[in-house]
Parts: sequence; structure tokens; C-alpha cells
Amino acid sequence: MATQHSRSAARLMMAPAVVLLLGWMLVPLIMTLYFSFRKYLPLRGGDLGWVGFDNYVRFITSSAFWPAVQATLMIVGGVLLITVVLGVVLALLLDQPMWGQGIVRILVIAPFFVMPTVSALVWKNMFMDPVNGLFAHLWKAFGAEPVAWLSEASLPSIIMIVSWQWLPFATLILLTAIQSLDSEQLEAAEMDGAPALKRFWFIILPHLSRAITVVVLIQTIFLLSIFAEIFVTTQGSFGTRTLTYLIFQRVLESQNIGLGSAGGVYAIILANIVALFLMRIVGKNLDA
Amino acid sequence: MGRIVLDKVTKSFGDVQVIPPLDLTIEDGEFTVFVGPSGCGKSTLLRLIAGLEDVSTGQIRIDRQDATMVPPAKRGLAMVFQSYALYPHMSVRKNIAFPLRMAKLDQAEIDRRVTGAAEVLNLTDYLDRRPGQLSGGQRQRVAIGRAIVREPAAFLFDEPLSNLDAALRVGMRLEISELHERLKTTMIYVTHDQVEAMTMADKIVVLRAGNIEQVGSPLELYREPRNLFVAGFIGSPRMNFIEGPEAAKLGAKTIGIRPEHITVSDSEGPWSGVVSVSEHLGSDTYFHVHDTGLAETITVRADGEVGFRHGDRIHLTPRMDVMQRFDAEGLRIA
Repeated sequence: MATQHSRSAARLMMAPAVVLLLGWMLVPLIMTLYFSFRKYLPLRGGDLGWVGFDNYVRFITSSAFWPAVQATLMIVGGVLLITVVLGVVLALLLDQPMWGQGIVRILVIAPFFVMPTVSALVWKNMFMDPVNGLFAHLWKAFGAEPVAWLSEASLPSIIMIVSWQWLPFATLILLTAIQSLDSEQLEAAEMDGAPALKRFWFIILPHLSRAITVVVLIQTIFLLSIFAEIFVTTQGSFGTRTLTYLIFQRVLESQNIGLGSAGGVYAIILANIVALFLMRIVGKNLDA
Repeated sequence: MGRIVLDKVTKSFGDVQVIPPLDLTIEDGEFTVFVGPSGCGKSTLLRLIAGLEDVSTGQIRIDRQDATMVPPAKRGLAMVFQSYALYPHMSVRKNIAFPLRMAKLDQAEIDRRVTGAAEVLNLTDYLDRRPGQLSGGQRQRVAIGRAIVREPAAFLFDEPLSNLDAALRVGMRLEISELHERLKTTMIYVTHDQVEAMTMADKIVVLRAGNIEQVGSPLELYREPRNLFVAGFIGSPRMNFIEGPEAAKLGAKTIGIRPEHITVSDSEGPWSGVVSVSEHLGSDTYFHVHDTGLAETITVRADGEVGFRHGDRIHLTPRMDVMQRFDAEGLRIA
């Protein structure tokens, strides 16, 4: 009886939080769904009634849709690749005993604390500016023609900026994972005749697989919705218009809330497809 | 073949010298046990032989070849670690095959050796499991399996039984001894447990603070300990040490008598005291005797049927022929 009572009491006490969180999630979702079926042009007549699937058809048949999906996936994939590979390398290096370890580790983590808008502006103006940027000076120092990064290599530039922001996160998680590796395993492998590279491949990398999974999953969630980096650099031009940015343009620049909402629903579907693939590929690492 | 010679080997970590110059020869096929209290440098010594630590000065020779600078993998030694150090993401089969894969043996040979090792160690049914799904004793056997497939010149064991429960420990002790009988390979075994040392070793090396206190067969160490430390460390329960006039009578600073070399009686004997605790083990009974005027406590081993209790006054008769005498430096007087 006592457990029965305490269980229902617990349910009662949790109810406000659950209801609040549920509402928090459901209200925007339902509003998005609602608007996606309506013709709603705030500056051109307001809410003009139901239009069925018109918005969905228009959004997906627009010439900007598939390039946007492609750009989104390129950015997510590129950033994941760079942060995981460099993260493992940096974590291995930071795990070595060295002078000034504490300061070095803080410096490595620092980019994570810089706001996306700020870091994108810093990259855009200090590094990538084709006239005054540090890269331009570097290129000129070697006698090369400076690259106009954000217009000529816009997608790689965005990937570089976002990778710089997320590398500390990957490094930090992977570093803690490396530190939890039993050193006797490495010594055993050494005695078993495995040179350093094979020890990395057969012992360290499998040990890191779970941490890599966590990094990939968490980063994907955030990377699918990056916005500020694009907004302050290319404004979505030169092939850097991601799905998120496309929706922003539909809603605020074209002032078409219905169309943008339909795009929002597509974004939810895309995120779920990506999540499904990821869980298939890396999710099994979380078992056992 | 596995004859290992340590020639004036020292090891320092920074300014701290943990192994002072040390000479030791381990003959081919010998089961040698390094024993000593924790922090005595026995594990460091093993890691020096394995090559996991570099010697500071001196030379290590394996089969007459200078191995001092040879990397661990090339020394032809296999090691079993205290934590077993199995690779958790590999099956038992892959764990055991790992050193062979690294040596680039062909698959048929790898399979043959892994199957052979699994049969020897009763692991055949577990080959496709992961280490996480095995019990402590099974993991231990996998670790040994990984060592024997390499057919090394010598096996190094670093406290391999310390993570097992008491019953399993006795079983694994026997299995390792049997393995040694069968393979006849040199084995070096590190432990802090003198019972393991006594039961398994051909040769025991007693270490204290990096120094070798004595080298000898288990019975040599038991019968003729070189000094007070070895006398106290080897044998269970500990040897009783008596100082003062009783020792002076025999011309020694300290005399030592093992608990099993004292007989108890309720009426007669040169020494007498009061039983404080009696531990009945069934086969034996240990009496801790106070108020003898000789030492704080005298421990006596008697037959299991002897039934003195707390508070009883008893008389003790030491066997004078096995009484050990030690001089002021703590060295045994022969």
C-alpha cells in the first residue's frame, strides 16, 4: 500500500513539471503544423485561410530546397569528421605529460566559450578578409594570390569556423575517455608486440568508440541548427544556405510564415532521418 | 630457453633510487618468486625485466644476450598483469590471438595455437565471449592463455591472484604450478603473499626496499633465514622474536622460535603465560599467549584438539634444536 501511495503522490508532484515541459514542446510544434497548412503573409494581407499541402509542395519544389539539404549535410558531416579526427589527435597529445599542462588545456577549451556570432565575426574579419585578413597576409608572404574565403570557398570556410568552435568539446570528451584507459592494457599490448600505431588502432580507438559516439550524437543535434555563423558571414549566399537558413529567409525575408512552417516540418523530418542513420551506425557502441 | 641475469641493475625515479645495485640469476626453467611487503620494489624489478621500465644502470641478459635496451616485445617474455589487462572489446579468441596477429603468423597457425591454449586452460567453451562476460578466474586464465600462445622464453606474473577470492586463489595457484610442470618454462612471479611464494616457488627472492634480503628454496628460507626480516616474513603465523636475558642466555641479541616449534602443556615447561586469544581452525589451534615476561605476545600452534581457553595459564616448551639466534645487526648466527 505504502509504495502505491508514494507512487501516486510522486506522479502528482511530477505532474506540473511534466505538463509544463510537454506544453513547452507541443505548443510550438502544433503552431508550426497549424501555420504550415495556412497561407499567412503578415505584410501582404495576414492570415488568408487554409491552403492544404500547398506550402509543402512549394517548399520542396523550390529550387533552393535540395541544395539547402545538401549544404546542411555537408556542414554537419564535414564538421563531424574534422572535430572527431582532430579531437582524437589533440586528446592524445594533451594526455602526454608536459610543462604547463593546465594552461594548455584551458587554452584548448577556450574557443567553446566564444559566442558563435563573435567567433564568426572574428574569423570573417580577422582571418578570412581577402585584403586585411591574416590568411591574406600569409598567402601574400608566400607570394600567392589571397583567397576570398567566404565567396570562393564559402562552404569550407563555414565548416572551418564551426569546427574551430566544436573542436574543444570533442577534445574534452575524448581526453577524459583516454584518461580512463587502463594503462596495463597498453603495456600488455606493448608486450604482445604491438607498435605504437597498432596500439592506437587496436586498443585506444576501440576504447574511444563510445566517447566518439557521444560526440557525434551531441554535435549533430547542434550542428543541424547552426545559424549565427552563416548569418554574420555569407548570409546564405555562395551555396551556404542550410535548411535552417532557408526557413529563416522564408519566414522573415519573404514574410511567408506558412511556407517557413512547412520548411520547419521538413527540418524535423530531416533531423529524424539523420538521427536514425546515426543510431544505426554508431548507436550500437552505446550498448554493453 | 630462458636464463635471465641481472647484473648490477639499478633503478631511480628522479632522485629516488628504488633499486640499489642488484645482482640476480634466474636459471632456465626455474619458478622464481619475488616476495616482499608492498613498496619493496618487486613489481618494479619485474617491469625492468619485462622492459616496461628502463634500467638506470646495469645490464639485463636474457640467454646471454644483452637485453638492456631491447624493447619489451623483442625480449621474448610474456607477462600476466594484476588487472589481467584483457582487451575488453575483443572476444576471448581474439584476445588470445592478439600477440600472434601482431607477430604476423598465418591464420592456420594462429587457430592451432589458440585452440591448443584454450584446451590446456579449459576455455574452449568461452572462446567467443567477451572478457566482461567471464568470471575472475576465467579472465585470469585468458590472460595466461594470451601469454602461453607466444611460447615465450619466460613468463612474468605480476600479483596475478590478488584480485581473486580465497578459494579461487588456491585453485589458480595449483593450476599455475601444474602449468609450470608441464611447460618447464622459466617463470617469475611477484607476490606479497608468502604462502603463494612458499607453495609455488623453486626459488624465492625476498626483497625489502629494493634490496635482496635472501635467495633460496622455500625450505632453506624457512629453516635458515639470513636475518630477522626474512625470518619474520617467511612462515605463517610469524616467528616469535624474544629479546633480553632469555636471548642472552643463548649468546644472542634476539632469538626466534616458530609457533609450530613450541609445545603447550598445562603443567610443565620452561616458559609460562596466559592465553589471551585462542583461534580454533579445526586442524590447528593458535594460542596468543601474554604475560610470559619474554615478549608482548607469543604465538603457539597446537593440535586442533587442544582446548585451552581465554585466561588459562599454560606452559610452553620451545624446541631448542630449531631455535634461531640473531646478533645485534639482526643477522642469523649459524
